[in-house]
Amino acid sequence: MAEAVNQCAGCTEEATEEELLERLDAVITEYKGKPGALIPVLQLAQGIFGYLPEVALKHIARQLDKPYSEVAGVVSFYSFFTTVPRGKHLIRICLGTACYVRGGVQVLDALKKELDIDIGGTTEDRMFSLEIGRCFGACGLAPVIMVDEDVHHRVKPKRINDILAQYAGEPVLAGADGGNGRSAAERLAEPVAGSERSV
Amino acid sequence: MSKESEKMPTLTIDGMPVEVPEGTTVLQAARQADVKIPTLCYLEDVQSIGACRVCLVEVEGARTLVASCSQPATDGMVVKTNTGRVREARRTVLELLLSEHDGNCQVCSRSADCELRSLADELGIGDLRYEGEKTLKIIDESTPALIRDTGKCIACRRCVTVCNEVQEVGGLFAQGRGFTTLIGPAFAQNLSDVVCVQCGQCAAVCPVGAITERSDIDRVWAALDDPTKTVIVQTAPAIRAALGECFDYPPGTLVTGKMVAALRRIGFDAVFDTDFTADLTIMEEGTELLGRLKKALVDGEEVALPQFSSCSPGWINYMEHFNPDMLANLSTCKSPQQMFGAVAKTYYAEKIGVKPEDMVVVSIMPCTAKKFEAARPEMNDSGVQDVDIVLTTRELGSLIKQAGIDFRSLPDEKMDAPLGISTGAADIFANTGGVMEAALRTAWAIVTDSKPFPFPDLHVEPIAGLEGVKTASVKVDGAVGDWAFLDGAELKVAVAHGLGNAQKVIDQIRNGEAEYHFVEVMTCPGGCIGGGGQPRLTTNEVRRKRIEAIYREDEGRELRQSHENPAVCALYEEYLGAPCGEISHDLLHTHYFEHDCV
Repeated sequence: MAEAVNQCAGCTEEATEEELLERLDAVITEYKGKPGALIPVLQLAQGIFGYLPEVALKHIARQLDKPYSEVAGVVSFYSFFTTVPRGKHLIRICLGTACYVRGGVQVLDALKKELDIDIGGTTEDRMFSLEIGRCFGACGLAPVIMVDEDVHHRVKPKRINDILAQYAGEPVLAGADGGNGRSAAERLAEPVAGSERSV
Repeated sequence: MSKESEKMPTLTIDGMPVEVPEGTTVLQAARQADVKIPTLCYLEDVQSIGACRVCLVEVEGARTLVASCSQPATDGMVVKTNTGRVREARRTVLELLLSEHDGNCQVCSRSADCELRSLADELGIGDLRYEGEKTLKIIDESTPALIRDTGKCIACRRCVTVCNEVQEVGGLFAQGRGFTTLIGPAFAQNLSDVVCVQCGQCAAVCPVGAITERSDIDRVWAALDDPTKTVIVQTAPAIRAALGECFDYPPGTLVTGKMVAALRRIGFDAVFDTDFTADLTIMEEGTELLGRLKKALVDGEEVALPQFSSCSPGWINYMEHFNPDMLANLSTCKSPQQMFGAVAKTYYAEKIGVKPEDMVVVSIMPCTAKKFEAARPEMNDSGVQDVDIVLTTRELGSLIKQAGIDFRSLPDEKMDAPLGISTGAADIFANTGGVMEAALRTAWAIVTDSKPFPFPDLHVEPIAGLEGVKTASVKVDGAVGDWAFLDGAELKVAVAHGLGNAQKVIDQIRNGEAEYHFVEVMTCPGGCIGGGGQPRLTTNEVRRKRIEAIYREDEGRELRQSHENPAVCALYEEYLGAPCGEISHDLLHTHYFEHDCV
């Protein structure tokens, strides 16, 4: 599962819609008939397409024999899912309680200013998209942002430029801490790495 | 198992001991003890999900108040339903719901029977303590049948449950999250763009005005006010057993005569009966079935069996959306409503010397999908649209009130001839099993040249009642003439009501688990008596009472078999020729289309 999630928008530029749907079919075949299949299939589909286009959602509804309204309901319930194309790198800023009180909003403002986009937006060069997340389970390290699969903690507005510089122009899969192939949860469980503690 | 665990749980509700069967909820236990707990999202036999939090009660030892509709009753439980804490919590819940409700009660079509409004009254809410942000208002007027207004929605999810679990259509679902949750089709699409079959079961269970039928009352008044138009009305069989509820009669009261008197006073030029074309449907659909059987058994031709009934437009929509590969199994017969329109604007129009374009056919239907059916572009075999305006039972109630008629004091009057003449077989089109029973009555008589019917009092007991799928097997004994090939044959029939049940029958047929010759499907639970346009709220108890009333109507008739209808016989003699003949084919039969959407 982690493999497909790691294939973000940037690496699908060459693939045709048909090829992407073929990859989606492989995922569906694996999950079809299993209870609770919808959410993992959506997650993997978003990995394949970079977002959840209508064609993929309708395909999933048909293949899993679920009402389209239910598929849409699940997609619109979870902030993780998006139905609009994203930039090469997705920045998610946590505004859960701990991150909020430790200055998450200031970090968000700095990000908005630096990238010149609003929440849900994508930069003109299609490098970055910005979204709000709710608690990544790293409250002790607040405030936290995630860039793709990388977690950056104790983030300060003045460090934003340094963090973004790590991604600008880099291949998508080369995360700052080189954590390819592992889930976000796995990385969160690791000792602090990739980003300095700052007070 | 020890004796202890077989004992029925006994709990105490407001100081009274109540013994209940295992699996009973606190709400059900309270109702058993005649203790009223208010509810909004709860729907008997369909949904108890604790979503609205109005049914909160205090349970001794529980940390918080609990939702009684989803709390199992256990032995020794002590429940209090009327403490200060409970009253305050219920009030607050309701006040918060009201604070976001974009209701406009004064002019809301539900003002008379809104559950939110009557609950506010019951709980004594005099003023609104909270001013809040309102629910997002999107008005969906995309279909001829239904109108959605999300501003009035309280997200109780009754419609979602009915659409997904009872009808298995899945047109509606909760979209989004939290305060901005919207109940509706995927991504705020319109109903017309999704798999909605227009059955209106959502509108029938909505506690507020968030989903209602599109009102066509003003169009009826406009037609009646136009002196150049001859305006005639047909009333579906299910109306007579439910219209009384709009005028505070108990469910199951037959008001056929008063309904006719009211329609005449409103100013219709003739008051006719969809029962007439229900009898005609039996002649056509029965002949079609016998024809299919002959082709299959005698001529060895490829023919689609079982034949599915085609009276219920929600079911037709469902087949077109979900089972397009089986459209050939649907009877090609138009529904009685559409047969009526086609016959009225040809045969009857000629009889009274009126051009079809100067005639307006109004239908009173228990159904919202009938509005959609009447608007289907192919329903114009008279040269103009065959049925012009469709009102639901609820709208007829309003129409009568708008006319200033005191319904309860009306005398009983009779339908006009010839399109108001009918038999008891047509009455039972109103309930599940009725079309099949009517068809069997006539098919038996045709095949055996009127040998005694093999079921007592003409009722086919195995297909009566509210079981979701019912089956019967009839052994043909004494077939004669053209139908001698059927002698000794076992005719297998199935009856389903509610589209989820219909799909079960289809799956059985697909998987080869069952073999039937004829299948009756009614879209709504209980059949048309439980239709999406009937007075609210239709519970199983109400369904049973309406069905009993319909059977009383049937049993009180002199003629109870469709082929005995003298007006139908005259129609064939004077105009149509034979059932399933050339003119019938042009006027009374139709075709279906595959719909491709999710």
